[in-house]
Amino acid sequence: MKPDRLLLLAVAIVVLFYGVVYPNAAVVIASFQRAGSWTLANYTEILSQQVVIEAIAGSLGLSIATVALCALVGVPLAFLFERFTFPGRRLFAAIAALPLVLPPLVGAVAFIFLFGETGILAHSIQNLLGLQNAPWRLAGWPALLLFHTYTMYPFFYVLTGAGLRRIDASLAEAARSLGGSRTFVFTRVLVPQLTPSLIAAALLTFMTSMASFSAPLLFGGNVRVLTLEIFTARQRGDVMVAVTQTVVLAVISLAALVVFQRYEGTRKFAAATMKGAPRRRVTIATGKARLLAAIAAVVFAIILVSPVATLILVSFAREGSWTTQTLPSAYTLANYQRLFGDPFAAEVFYNSFSMSAIAAAAALLWSFCVVTLLVGRDRGKPAFLGRSGRRLLSLLILIPWALPGTVVAVSVAEAYGQPSLLLGSFVLVGTFWILPVVYFLRFMPLVVRALQASMEQVDPALAEAAGSLGARAWQRFARVTLPLVWPGAVAGTLLAFVIALGEYVASVLVFVPANRPISIAIASELRDFNLGAAAAYGVVLVVIISISMVIAGRLEKLR
Amino acid sequence: MALLSLQNISRNFGPTRAVADVSLDVAQGEFFGLLGPSGCGKTTTLRMIAGLEKPDSGSIRFQDADITNLPPERRGFGMVFQNYALFPHLNVFENVAFGLRARHASKAEMNERVRSALELVQLPGYEKRAIDELSGGQQQRVAIARVIAIEPVLLLFDEPLSNLDVSLREETRGELRELVTRLGLTAVYVTHDQEEAFALCDRISVMVGGKLMQTGKPRELYDEPSDIAVARFLGRNNLIRAMRLSSSKTSDGEFKTLDGEHTLHVPVTRDDLAPLNKPVVLAIRPEHVQVSSNNQSAPNSLRGTVREIVFAGATSLVRVDAGGLLLEALVLQPDGLRVDEKCTVILRPDKLRLLKQG
Repeated sequence: MKPDRLLLLAVAIVVLFYGVVYPNAAVVIASFQRAGSWTLANYTEILSQQVVIEAIAGSLGLSIATVALCALVGVPLAFLFERFTFPGRRLFAAIAALPLVLPPLVGAVAFIFLFGETGILAHSIQNLLGLQNAPWRLAGWPALLLFHTYTMYPFFYVLTGAGLRRIDASLAEAARSLGGSRTFVFTRVLVPQLTPSLIAAALLTFMTSMASFSAPLLFGGNVRVLTLEIFTARQRGDVMVAVTQTVVLAVISLAALVVFQRYEGTRKFAAATMKGAPRRRVTIATGKARLLAAIAAVVFAIILVSPVATLILVSFAREGSWTTQTLPSAYTLANYQRLFGDPFAAEVFYNSFSMSAIAAAAALLWSFCVVTLLVGRDRGKPAFLGRSGRRLLSLLILIPWALPGTVVAVSVAEAYGQPSLLLGSFVLVGTFWILPVVYFLRFMPLVVRALQASMEQVDPALAEAAGSLGARAWQRFARVTLPLVWPGAVAGTLLAFVIALGEYVASVLVFVPANRPISIAIASELRDFNLGAAAAYGVVLVVIISISMVIAGRLEKLR
Repeated sequence: MALLSLQNISRNFGPTRAVADVSLDVAQGEFFGLLGPSGCGKTTTLRMIAGLEKPDSGSIRFQDADITNLPPERRGFGMVFQNYALFPHLNVFENVAFGLRARHASKAEMNERVRSALELVQLPGYEKRAIDELSGGQQQRVAIARVIAIEPVLLLFDEPLSNLDVSLREETRGELRELVTRLGLTAVYVTHDQEEAFALCDRISVMVGGKLMQTGKPRELYDEPSDIAVARFLGRNNLIRAMRLSSSKTSDGEFKTLDGEHTLHVPVTRDDLAPLNKPVVLAIRPEHVQVSSNNQSAPNSLRGTVREIVFAGATSLVRVDAGGLLLEALVLQPDGLRVDEKCTVILRPDKLRLLKQG
């Protein structure tokens, strides 16, 4: 074993033990203990409560219904936009993944402004029809499902689209030439090849939906979900109930992860690497279908953009100018002036930026450390870690990604909420550092995966060629590997950074006055009915995210 | 004294034996070929010479020093990869200069050596080009320039021409050989293409199933394959199963074929190769099988029926069934021969070879 790799392994073991193994073990242990002795009482107690059963059923039901609805919307859209070409196609395709980068809290706020009972849509219908009251209330199941479908359908759209692109067109051509009808080819060739993509999308949607917190909090109505129950239990100081429910939520999410990993491994396509017939999009030429498709593209594009447009509109609204009117009646820059002038707002931005930057930078360093262990770069030599060692390492890295933010925050709080053997007298909870740590744990898997993907694309022959030309190990890394993988690594880091910037789910559980992030400020502005200010915060986040995404996209193309 | 010497090299990948007990010597200035079907272990052998793989057992010596455990960057060999492995983020100049930078060469020396290397491969003026702007043949030349620039003590080629189309491959082949000879370099060249190996190499080792079967000059290998595997791999061969008769003498072996029960005379030079009353295999190349429509009497002439005539341009392949013994003959003009008609086949005794049992 080389000493440098041994050092990396030691770092990886320490970080994963402190960050993943110990906190999660602490929660599990705590859930089986009461007053220092082992017991199942916590489980028997909470599972006999009607509200807890309702919350479990609510989370599962919401997630399953979300998966179904997202598939129903995302898969046909992917077929339409991947297989055909028509006016308006590019418009929609360019913004199709927009909801994925919208922070859930900002999205939920925008939904309230647009679809809420005092929102633009309800107002316009009320005024149009001269109704006394709002035509609907944005609450409960319909509201949650609408929001979830909007924010999570891109999983299906993007993954199905990618699956369709990957399928070699010559396979379908071969099937047709062997006498298969269109439907036969569809069911026997296309669908089986798409199945892994569809399952991956379903599991991603399921896990995201299980973790959903902002929407149930803001307009869940009387729908009970686990994330919200854990939050309220912690707020009222009922640690046992919070911890036990956290374990239940974690088990469900990890079960989904296990299935997800299984299917991800099978995502192999026989023809993917071979030269295939280029797939051409079919042009919809006939008048009616072409018109319908174009209308669909425009309508969906408008639906996608309108929450963000609403957010921008409201961010310019003068406080108190938007009560019963359809649209705010007076506009001002005051909200933004406050954002950039107010010392309180400046502090909030500073907090979010510094904490996200710390977490992202740490994640970048960390990813180089673990990817070196995960990717067997030297073909000739035996891999540093055996197959099972690498599998365990990547599983441990993925766990915080699969766990809902609620679970990560609760487990870190439970593990480091009092003096412990691991940290001595240092108590992490209550300090500035709790949030950078939680952000790092939640988003480092993204960076690791991005770097790993870049690393695996680098032909191992390049490092070998460099070696045989006389380059030492560090020269091979600095001159060949690093120049080829840095765009991917930086793009992943940027993504982790902007997601951390808008993080709410975990922040709301463990923030302290010293590190109030942007999301907490948005929520408190909303509570005080400072709608314009809340919207302005959201718009600033969206702008930063969009710029970062453009940069990340450019970086990806650099490769 | 050999420049490079492999001694009893073995390498396993899990349960598979990729390279089994291979020993070979390469002399200074020699163009040495490793030839074999895909998966025979030739590339693994080359990678062990380069230092990219470590043998499980055995040793590698270069200029009489043991280099078995020397890392690749300290061997000073130049390797040309099958897919060229050009650095996509560097331009032509930087690719060729890569090994010189790793050696901290001075700027002037670097410029000079890159320029002369590019001149040698006939790509002067391409310094600023990006790799993906080059054609396959040009990329191949850059890959060669890149190793020549470091003035390697040994050149290693891993099927460097397999990604080029046929006409370019033949042209590059000639240039490659000419370049290596002019620079007085020693080369080890891995290929599965027998014609390529014959055209390029001074000596060739044939590898099959991880083992070194036979080493020799191209002509020797072709004319005198030592065993069935080599005879099968190098061009077409008629393999005839036969039994040595007890009536045969030491110099004039008499064999009875298992198919058709013909008696064949083969001069036996090494007695131990043909034990009495044991099945052996005789080989004769199709171009040494004579077929004619009229009845001829000559040693080893058999009567048969023409089964098929395949026209292949300059020559034709004639398939003959001689009483159950199926033979292929390569003839210039299949005049007078007709499918399903009788013919005479002559297997010249001096062209029949007795093969080692593989």
